[in-house]
Amino acid sequence: MSADSPMDNYEKLFEVAKQNEEARREKPRILLGTASCGVAAGALQVKEFFLKEIESHGLDAEVVEVGCIGHCYAEPLAIIAKPGFPAITYGNLDEGLVHLLVEDFLAGEDPCYEYALAAVDRNDVFPTFEDFPRGIYENKLILEQCGYIDPESIDSYIEKDGYRALAKALSDEPARTLDEVKASNLRGRGGAGFPTGRKWETSLKAGGDEKYVICNADEGDPGAFMDRSILESDPHQVIEGMVLCAYAIGATEGYLYIRAEYPRAVKRVREALEQAREKGVLGSSILGTEFNFDLQVFQGAGAFVCGEETALLSSIEGRRGVPRYRPPFPAVEGLWGKPTVINNVKTFSYVPHIINRGADWFKSIGTPESPGTAVFSLVGKVVNTGLVEVPMGTTLRELIFEVGGGLPDGKEFKAVQIGGPSGGCLPESALDVPIDFDSLHEAGAIMGSGGLVVMDEDDCMVSVAHYFLEFTQQESCGKCTFCRLGTKHMLDILTDITRGHGDEERLTLLEELAEDVRDGSLCNLGRTAPNPVLTTLKYFRDEYKAHIEEGRCPARACRDLVLFYIEPSRCSKLCNVCVGSCPTEAIYTRDDGLKAIDQEKCVKCDNCRKACPPEYNAVIKLSPPVLPPEKEKKRT
Amino acid sequence: MQLLEGERELILSTVEEVLQNSSRNREDLIPSLQRVQSKLGYLPALAMEKLAEGLDIPAVDIYGIATFYNQFRLNPPGKYQVKVCMGTACYMKGGEITLESFERRMEIEEGETSPDRLYSLERVACVGCCTLAPVVVVNDDHIEGYVTPTRVDGIMLEFEEADQKEEETEKETEEETKKTAAEGGKNK
Repeated sequence: MSADSPMDNYEKLFEVAKQNEEARREKPRILLGTASCGVAAGALQVKEFFLKEIESHGLDAEVVEVGCIGHCYAEPLAIIAKPGFPAITYGNLDEGLVHLLVEDFLAGEDPCYEYALAAVDRNDVFPTFEDFPRGIYENKLILEQCGYIDPESIDSYIEKDGYRALAKALSDEPARTLDEVKASNLRGRGGAGFPTGRKWETSLKAGGDEKYVICNADEGDPGAFMDRSILESDPHQVIEGMVLCAYAIGATEGYLYIRAEYPRAVKRVREALEQAREKGVLGSSILGTEFNFDLQVFQGAGAFVCGEETALLSSIEGRRGVPRYRPPFPAVEGLWGKPTVINNVKTFSYVPHIINRGADWFKSIGTPESPGTAVFSLVGKVVNTGLVEVPMGTTLRELIFEVGGGLPDGKEFKAVQIGGPSGGCLPESALDVPIDFDSLHEAGAIMGSGGLVVMDEDDCMVSVAHYFLEFTQQESCGKCTFCRLGTKHMLDILTDITRGHGDEERLTLLEELAEDVRDGSLCNLGRTAPNPVLTTLKYFRDEYKAHIEEGRCPARACRDLVLFYIEPSRCSKLCNVCVGSCPTEAIYTRDDGLKAIDQEKCVKCDNCRKACPPEYNAVIKLSPPVLPPEKEKKRT
Repeated sequence: MQLLEGERELILSTVEEVLQNSSRNREDLIPSLQRVQSKLGYLPALAMEKLAEGLDIPAVDIYGIATFYNQFRLNPPGKYQVKVCMGTACYMKGGEITLESFERRMEIEEGETSPDRLYSLERVACVGCCTLAPVVVVNDDHIEGYVTPTRVDGIMLEFEEADQKEEETEKETEEETKKTAAEGGKNK
């Protein structure tokens, strides 16, 4: 064992990292966003284009696969860092743009500002993301390095003061680390908002010589991808947070429970663990001290309920992911009956920052009861989809209209769904609710793990409630009767309503059942499953009524309640586009040359409506599904 | 589904190999199943039975786990696999319509494999590409965005073309081997 202090050992690592990274920066570098979202948008092809162009120009430049900078609407994205120029981000890359950038910027001297999105650091030439309207609202703590550092190189993380918090903590008693986290009032970002420091303290006091630290990265909410993005973009931040936790509570072993659906995250984390062991910040005698802690990846096999901590433990133990009664809480009796701290990816990510900059700094951000920031994946009907990080207390309106840039195509805002299947739909009137654990709970939604889906006038609230309930119903583990059968019954009622077979009496039953399921379930999957139904009933009852009483879907989204119709007065004899667009050959040409739809064959796929040229706009959706009678007669 | 020629041997050897690298503890069960599936593409009943014997766990427990977790599939994957994303954004932008279109074209239901093992169709939870909704994952590695029913026809056409091409090359190589064999015979 080395006699040097942990800080001395760290400074050595830091120097090496700095030298290595500086050497890398001497060459022009292309930092290409290759988190799963970027790959889906074609980043790997873009990488090939870059490599080909660089080779054909005979240049010496490095293409680095980095994570996600959060501006998903402009994927594929790359940052080009050429010595002597500010590092610039370019979006919507394709073969032509890559060719241009390599030829004019890398081989030449022209940074092609007309295609640039933003600069990375402040400079005199080009605005940065912070100068965007959303920059005023955003405050990136745990996403700060995402997309800017090389996730496959630990030096890249260390150079940005990575693992300094660990060295600092190891220079002192474990109790100091715990005190700092407690004082920071950090609340768990998995959704429930339980104070992290208190959880750690419980586990510390539980005694015993074997303890575990588990990172819950079983991000199963449809529409949420923050945890995936952090693991793919900055895995060491999470690892450092876990090592700090282990030091504070005296754990020697830990797991990262990652969904198998996230293969890139699994791969990058495994590589990161390997590198961390090599550098001596993980494994035995960490930074030359007597503290030992090691981590391994456990791939979750795809069950939403395993995001619940006791179900997650069953899953690691090789059983079906069925939750159990709490207490005892996992902090006291967890994995194999030993004290276990389970925290979310984001929660662990904050810890190094808190240790480095102090609890008071952390508390200066956000609200007194919910300090820090909130990370959201902003998706649905919003212009700037992507990952955002804003201080707690920001209102939903600011988040959607300022950071997200509002709704596309001039559509009207209808609702925002927060917290995934366990959350709720909030209407326009609730948009001034500040985002923090308690305010959202009062409004009927939950913070959840951070999925935020914006909906416009074309989205049917009954159908949305149906969608989420169908999800929880399928994912229910089946242990509690109300969750297993109650959600099924609720779903049947909702299905009937979306088909126009609902009635007032069963609407009341739906509400009663919702409350029973909430009260009669053991874990939060069941307890929160009725939330989408309850909030839509609370805020959008008139939509339910329209379905039941008039057989009409106000958003014209429920397929059993709409009918596609070609308005003869707008249709043109000269156009045949819709006929070709129909996958079931339901569109025919009438004797007068206009088109009409055979309702028997129509599968309501919306293709003809999209295909109809805007100058005609002749295909319309009717709800309730009744053909206009006098026009019906004209059909031949 | 019927086992193909030689599949039984492959299953047995795969399970054997996975068992050899396993600590044979209960906690190794899920990773073992994952390994078997990544080799075979699915969990055949035979593999689960053999694994149960090897790990000394009742087969019903393994079946329980295989059906509990979404990752495990009991049907063999088709030669051309389609997974339709059913995340929130995809659902709202018409994922269901896409799924139905594939069901119509492939003549199978979601979760099934066509009897000739050419196609398989699944619905998956969010793949995290919400900006491209509705999304389908083709053959595990290729993500198609903004999929309309017309595009479904296009994808199916691509499958058919690829399959035809493959058959032709197969025939050609067959003929060539025959030819060389025949020529070889002549030379003798």
